[in-house]
Amino acid sequence: MITPDATTPAATESAPGQPRPTPLRAVHESLGATMTEFAGWLMPLRYRGEISEHLAVRSAAGLFDLSHMGEIAVTGPDAAAALDYALVGHLSALAPGRARYTMICAPDGGVLDDLIVYRLSDAEYLVVANAANTAVVAAALHERAAGHDAQVTDQTAEYALIAIQGPHAARILAPLTDIDLDGVKYYAGHRGAVAGHPVLLARTGYTGEDGFELFTSPADAEGLWAALTRAGAGDGLVPAGLAARDTLRLEAGMPLYGNELSPEVTPFDAGLGRVVVFSKPGDFVGRAALAERSQAPPRRVLAGLIGASRRVPRHGYLVTWDGASCGAVTSGAPSPTLAVPIAMAYLDPAAARLARDDDAGRLAVDIRGKLEPARITDLPFYHRQR
Amino acid sequence: MTIPDELRYTAEHEWVAINGSSASVGITDFAQRALGDVVYVSVPAPGTRVAAGEPCGEVESTKSVSDIYSPVDGEVTEVNADLEDDPALVNSDPYGAGWLMKVRLDPDADPSGLLTADEYAELTKNSD
Repeated sequence: MITPDATTPAATESAPGQPRPTPLRAVHESLGATMTEFAGWLMPLRYRGEISEHLAVRSAAGLFDLSHMGEIAVTGPDAAAALDYALVGHLSALAPGRARYTMICAPDGGVLDDLIVYRLSDAEYLVVANAANTAVVAAALHERAAGHDAQVTDQTAEYALIAIQGPHAARILAPLTDIDLDGVKYYAGHRGAVAGHPVLLARTGYTGEDGFELFTSPADAEGLWAALTRAGAGDGLVPAGLAARDTLRLEAGMPLYGNELSPEVTPFDAGLGRVVVFSKPGDFVGRAALAERSQAPPRRVLAGLIGASRRVPRHGYLVTWDGASCGAVTSGAPSPTLAVPIAMAYLDPAAARLARDDDAGRLAVDIRGKLEPARITDLPFYHRQR
Repeated sequence: MTIPDELRYTAEHEWVAINGSSASVGITDFAQRALGDVVYVSVPAPGTRVAAGEPCGEVESTKSVSDIYSPVDGEVTEVNADLEDDPALVNSDPYGAGWLMKVRLDPDADPSGLLTADEYAELTKNSD
């Protein structure tokens, strides 16, 4: 009765041979984690159970190993100009110490990856890419930086990445660091130390909660993980795996590359046209195609769905309007917070408009041969209390 | 991972306990671990005919959905109503409180094709 544990479609596009362990592999194994291959890496899928891990992040805090993420340094006098040309965002306008969510697109406007870019200093950026796309992003950046006085270096092997996420994250972290966390804004990054380990500390995450991501050296990873575990022991901190990460980001309405984002969609299709900055100076890869898309009526819209039954819409299932196909589910799961099935789906814009007023079960998801009614809802599914 | 000796198994990771003409059915410890947290179980209503090797229900977990295959030929006599409110019993006690259904075996039902605990252990050994 077991189907392959396909965490995401990207999980199947792994490198040949053995999956690559993170610097925290021994820690995960000692914690009894169920390990899984994800994008060529050997990662913790769950520890005690993904629902309890998910709920701990919503109510207290969770500790994540994200060392599979790609870190690509872009440095040099023209680093800012090179990134303005290579990416859809306006990275030269980013202040040192700040970060931005952005994308790298193909010339036709298709999304190659979504990224977080940290500006560490005037001439020094760190581009964080999805594990499955790190090589593609590094190669594209290298090619697009040609003619600029800038160097592109894949530094993934030089970083471990540990995230602490949840409403208790700041108070668990604060006693361990010399960094004034109150002074660290959302999407800001500072260099400093945590429990004596040098880190780049950023107030970013992928869970819909307040939290921090700590970039450190592989040699410091175990010590940092242990110090955080000790500090959070009395405050509800638990280790959390990729399964919880996926349901947390889905509730928060955050796209996942390989599900909502791919070379076949533009940022506008995904409802993320705001990341494309046409007002920045100079050309950038994808500008002409994206300008056209920004003016045209949308080809599809990314919608939130809530299932009416307990059966769960999953990636790839068809969405129907009056029994006729009107789109497809990109991500779906039973929501641990809301206790109903939730999904994101690309829908035909006309059907999505009609579905807003549907109370007769005309919108449905084809769940393994049976049409299960669903209703459309605004994203995200979950907003944290501030 | 537990594989009780007294039970019989299918290659699809169901267990069955045969007691005279009655069979209790569930999913194995291996299965619940692979699935992760179970959130919904659908099994046929009492009175439904089931056939060995045929899908007769499904188990939804956070990450995936899987068919339940009946291990035997017969008629469903009882389903585990506790799973309606607490499907996590399948995770916490797969061979006990997390049972799925009871089946009255057909008189000519032949359960000899089911796996022994040793055979099932061999099957799961390399995929754990």
